[in-house]
Amino acid sequence: MKMEQDTRITDGQKFETALKYWLACLADDELTLGHRDSEWLGLCPDIEGDVAFSSIAQDEVGHAVFYFDLLHQLGEGDPDRLAFSRDQHLRRNAILLERPNGDWAYSILRHYFYDLFDDLRLQSMESSSYAPLRQGTQKIRREEYYHLLHMKTLFSRLGSAGGQARERMEEALLKVWPDLGDLFDFGPYEKELLEFGIISLSGSEVRRRWEEQVRDALLSIGFEWPGEIPSSSRSGRRGEHSSDLQPLLDTLCEVYAIDSNARW
Amino acid sequence: MTETEVWDALKEVTDPEIPTVSVVDMGMVNRVKVSDGTVEVEMLPTFVGCPALDLIRKQVEQRLLKGGIVREVQVTFLFDPPWTSDRITDEGKQKLKQFGIAPPVEGPAEPPPCPYCGQAGADVINLFGPTACRVIYYCKRCHQPFEGMKKV
Repeated sequence: MKMEQDTRITDGQKFETALKYWLACLADDELTLGHRDSEWLGLCPDIEGDVAFSSIAQDEVGHAVFYFDLLHQLGEGDPDRLAFSRDQHLRRNAILLERPNGDWAYSILRHYFYDLFDDLRLQSMESSSYAPLRQGTQKIRREEYYHLLHMKTLFSRLGSAGGQARERMEEALLKVWPDLGDLFDFGPYEKELLEFGIISLSGSEVRRRWEEQVRDALLSIGFEWPGEIPSSSRSGRRGEHSSDLQPLLDTLCEVYAIDSNARW
Repeated sequence: MTETEVWDALKEVTDPEIPTVSVVDMGMVNRVKVSDGTVEVEMLPTFVGCPALDLIRKQVEQRLLKGGIVREVQVTFLFDPPWTSDRITDEGKQKLKQFGIAPPVEGPAEPPPCPYCGQAGADVINLFGPTACRVIYYCKRCHQPFEGMKKV
C-alpha cells in the first residue's frame, strides 16, 4: 500500500512510539474478537447467525491484518509473527474481548457494545494526521456499519423477547459491565495521540458519547442503566490480562507454533 | 502494450467469487501506467479483509505477462480513493444481475429489486452472505431467495 509521507513522522520518536502502541491496540482488539466470533461457527442458534458470525470474523481479522500491515511498514515484525507469536503480556486488546463467548446473549451484547465503541473510535481517526490510518479507517467504518446494524437488531430482538431471552440479557449486562472501564482506556500514550492528531477524541470523550448511545439503547428495551462503569483493576492495553487470554492464544496460535517458518 | 490495451486485458480478469464480472466492471482498477515494458496497476480492494486479493493480484500479473510483451507487472492495492459500490459500472451491474446477484441501488439503504422478477420490497434474510460483501434477501413475489451486493 502506498503511504503518504507525513512530515511529523520525522518529528521524532514520540510520534512513532505512540502510533505503534495505538496500532497494536486496534489490531489486537480486532484479532481477539474476530477469533471469538469464529468460535461460533456451527454453534449459532440459527444458520443465519452462523453465516453472519463467519463474515464478521473474517472482517475483523481482515481489519487486524490491515493494522498489523501498518505496524510492519513502521518496522515491526511481519503480520503473521505479530498475530501469532507475541506473548500475552505484549497483547494490547481490551480484556472484554478475550472473555469466552459464554451464551448467545453475552456474545451479542458484548459485540454490540464493542461495535458502538469501535464506531466512535473509528470516527476519532477519520481526520487522523497519519494518512494510512485515515484512509483505512474510512473504509473500515463503511464495513463496520453492517456489524453494528446486525448486532443492534439482535440486541433489540433478544432484549424485547421476554422470558429466558430477557433474563439472559440481564445476566449478560451485569457480566459485561465491570470490563468496560478497561475498554475505554486508551493506553499510556493517549496524550501524545491527541497532540499529534493521530486521534481526535480522548478515551473519556468516547466513553461519554458511548454512554449516551447505550443509555438510549437500554431504555429502548426497557432495561435500567446499571450504574457507573467501575474503574478497572487491570489494563489489557498495558498487557495485564485475565486468565482467559492464554487459552485463547493457545488455540489461535496452535498451528503457527507447530512450525513458525512453514510457508503456506 | 498501451494503457488502453491493458484496460482491455484486465476486462478478462474476473472476480474469483463472481466469475462473470471483471475487475474493471467491479470498479476495482483505479489507474494503469505503462512505461518501458513495465505495467503498474493500482487496485482498490472491495473489502479491507477480502481474502481474494492475493488471487486477484496473481491473475492480473498472469494476464498481463501473457504473450511476453510486458516484462514486469506491479500491482498495488490502495484505500485512497476508497472502493465504494458506486464504482461498479453499468455493465458490471448487468452482469451481476445475470449471475443472480442484485447490484446495490442508489439512494437510501433499501433492498434492491429481485434480479429474477424485478419485484421491489424484498425481505432481508441476512445482512451477511456467502462472502462479506453480500446480503441475502427473499423475494415475496417469485418466492426466490437471492443475493445482493452490499452498498458500501
